Amino acid sequence: MSDDAEQTQVAKPHHPPIPPGLYVKVWIALVLLTGVTVTVSYLDMQKFTVFTAMLIATVKASLVLLYFMHIRFEKVVFQLMILFTLIIYAIFIFLTFADYSYR
Amino acid sequence: MTRRHPSEQLIAEATRPPHGHADPFGARMGMWLFLFTEVLLFGTLFLVYAVYLETYTREFNRGSTTLAVPVGAVNTLILLTSSLTMALAVAALHRARRRLSMALLAATIALAAAFLVIKAFEWADKFDHHIYPGSEIFAEAATGYELFFNLYFVMTGLHALHVAVGAGVIAAAILLVARSADPQRRVALLENTGLYWHLVDMVWIYLFPLFYLIG
Repeated sequence: MSDDAEQTQVAKPHHPPIPPGLYVKVWIALVLLTGVTVTVSYLDMQKFTVFTAMLIATVKASLVLLYFMHIRFEKVVFQLMILFTLIIYAIFIFLTFADYSYR
Repeated sequence: MTRRHPSEQLIAEATRPPHGHADPFGARMGMWLFLFTEVLLFGTLFLVYAVYLETYTREFNRGSTTLAVPVGAVNTLILLTSSLTMALAVAALHRARRRLSMALLAATIALAAAFLVIKAFEWADKFDHHIYPGSEIFAEAATGYELFFNLYFVMTGLHALHVAVGAGVIAAAILLVARSADPQRRVALLENTGLYWHLVDMVWIYLFPLFYLIG
């Protein structure tokens, strides 16, 4: 497809267009992972229940971030900004629990 | 492929007429900065949840068992599907398929409405069982039990508010795409709307297991 001829200058895509089929595949993965997290929650895993649920949720959130929000194909500056935000949030969690655990 | 000199590119960008989204990079940057403030807003609540889960594990487990997993799972599937229709709507406008894009946006709003209706029924059911912030049934219950439901109402309520606002923004985007002489000019607007919508989806991806699946 000759996008150069079709697309006006203002609408020049900032990354190669993502094929709609890829979105559908990501959606299927998200639906399957929802099934997995619900099924696994009925197992008696004691302390690992929350850990497993958060692990699966993080895989799902990463899929949304990388593909639906196209961070995988974004400019590096956006990827660094998100990394920076996640590091700051991790520090928040660490400091809160470090304080809370020793009261 | 003709490549212009970088300085020419800069001049072209700087002298572009100030209407529409002439600067998609800046538009996206601004949107992400806003999304980080949203991450901070929800992140703080998740942190509060984590600390109280640690303290009142047993009460939180008991509270969680009162929430219907199938209902939460259906709502999860609805929001995931709405994220798909949103992403496809942006892709459709990229390919200059305006009508398809508008139809997909309308589907996204319909799914958002379905999510909110289901959530409203869930809340109403809890109210019927006298479970709401400040209810007298918590007077005899353990502190952690009340905290679980207070967090449930605050966090799912704030999330539902975001779903409602998102649906409104998508509705406005449909109008702008419909009225635009050159719909491709609206791609940046639609991409930002999509980013917001996907963030709301991501928040629910964490809310669902934390409230419904830990029991």
